[in-house]
Amino acid sequence: MDIVVCIKRVPATDAAIKIAADGKSIDPAGVQFELNAYDEFALEQALRIKDQLGAGSVTVVTIGPKEAQKELRDALARGADKAVLLTTDQWVYDGASTAAALAAWIKTTPCQLVLCGRQAVDSDNNQLPANLAGRLGFACVTEAGKLTLDNGTFTAERDIEGAREVVSARTPAVISCQKGLNEPRYANLKGIMAAKKKPFEESPAQLGAPAVEIVSLALPPARAAGRIVGEGAAAVPALIAALREAKLL
Amino acid sequence: MSNVIVIAEVRGGKLKRPSLEAVTAALQLATASGGKVHAIACGSGLDAACADLASSGVHKVVAIDGPAFANYSSDGYAKAIAEQAKAAGAAAVLMAHTAMGKDLLPRVSALLDGAIVTDAIAVSCEGGVFGAQRPVFAGKATMTARAAKAPFCASLRPNNFAAASGGGSAEISKVAAPAGDLLAVVKEIVASGSDRTPLQEAKVVVSGGRGLKEPQHFKLIEDLAAAFGPGVAAVGASRAVVDAGWRPHREQVGQTGKVVSPPLYIAIGISGAIQHIAGMRTARTIVAINKDADAPIFKIADFGIVGDAFEVVPALTKAVAEIVQHK
Repeated sequence: MDIVVCIKRVPATDAAIKIAADGKSIDPAGVQFELNAYDEFALEQALRIKDQLGAGSVTVVTIGPKEAQKELRDALARGADKAVLLTTDQWVYDGASTAAALAAWIKTTPCQLVLCGRQAVDSDNNQLPANLAGRLGFACVTEAGKLTLDNGTFTAERDIEGAREVVSARTPAVISCQKGLNEPRYANLKGIMAAKKKPFEESPAQLGAPAVEIVSLALPPARAAGRIVGEGAAAVPALIAALREAKLL
Repeated sequence: MSNVIVIAEVRGGKLKRPSLEAVTAALQLATASGGKVHAIACGSGLDAACADLASSGVHKVVAIDGPAFANYSSDGYAKAIAEQAKAAGAAAVLMAHTAMGKDLLPRVSALLDGAIVTDAIAVSCEGGVFGAQRPVFAGKATMTARAAKAPFCASLRPNNFAAASGGGSAEISKVAAPAGDLLAVVKEIVASGSDRTPLQEAKVVVSGGRGLKEPQHFKLIEDLAAAFGPGVAAVGASRAVVDAGWRPHREQVGQTGKVVSPPLYIAIGISGAIQHIAGMRTARTIVAINKDADAPIFKIADFGIVGDAFEVVPALTKAVAEIVQHK
């Protein structure tokens, strides 16, 4: 099976966010970037499926800045066979135009399965996988926490409100991966050396105009200062009184 | 052609409450755009849910009803909904940002080749241009965006709009669910606990962290949640305790877990890492209980108690239970 894994370079989850002077993007100064946490599960799942089948290929693709070479190289070192960097110097935040560009690229490459992280932790859209599947006419399961593949069909499980959904589907498909799907591996020295010889393609992304324009990006209003109602169990009545006054009890 | 569509979520024959919140937002948009609100529901046996929709204030209800749609299928539902949305002259399409909304709306949007924003906390229509506000970076920043393409699709964060109770009795039009080739279909729904309240729909979220010292001490958290009465409170957890394997990932609140905005959030033994605060800072009222008076959680808490969770929480549980029982 030929598998495409969509990844994204994003600010680290422990990064504090500052708004840039244009009021529409973040100030990257001092911000560490990393592979989007959920994409780690997508890459790992792709590598496991290839191992399970003993055949096929894993291609990692991203639409992002030149610097995303680092995350792609890391994916190659973990075991992906090929990397594709579709470059843009814009922040990739718009799901519709990104999905359209990815769909156009996927149509040019052998692919029966697309794996993505459930969402990128910068734009937090959680919309690209299903949007992409719609454009490709592929089956889709989002936020899969468990995945079993069997001869062109698969079963995926996903958490819904208060329950778990078991979804049966067939390839070609797009699956977005939830935390807990697997335990991602890290690159070892042998993998890092091997990665240097693997195919790495780079070309400008064919991104159309964003379907959604950013008017502004702002820090949320600071919460009004609260108060310590007291210390220890003795403070419970004061807390109860405050909650009753706020009509929460 | 300025109509606003609400995709209603029906589970087990019942209309989900966040869909009524989407109706509220749709009515607001339709007033500004000069259009009507059409609700579209998919499933099998939709009469009760459609009756609830018809009396919510919408102008029309379309029920795509039939055995072929007994089980949710993202591709099957999306195709049928997109066709109805086109026929209704959709300028905007709204749905709740629930597990189904996240799975379904982006596909509908792709089929309509429109614009989409997800997890919106506010929507607008000014001069015929639709827009939305949404948290990004897990709430560390807020994006204000506007559509540059039509139709405009938006999924709405639960608990951010009042549920519609507009009255009225809208016309219900029935369409047979198309029998056809479905690519992905739900085979089974397994309850993940007795009658656990979903984290993102709960009125109260009680979360625990490392300060509880041992996984079994989460009983304190569960007891406090239970004291609020059935179906009111849900249990949450910090990333640290989820990564340590104490609690399942579905309970994680924060940037790589769930983002919640309940009326009341109670953080117990949680220091307040950036990661965690991103997931709960929009709660209306935040209560923190922590031994460390300098913990960052107190900077965003409305009410704090400095103290040992093992001493404070049982007393709080008892006090809450007494009030709830006498209601």
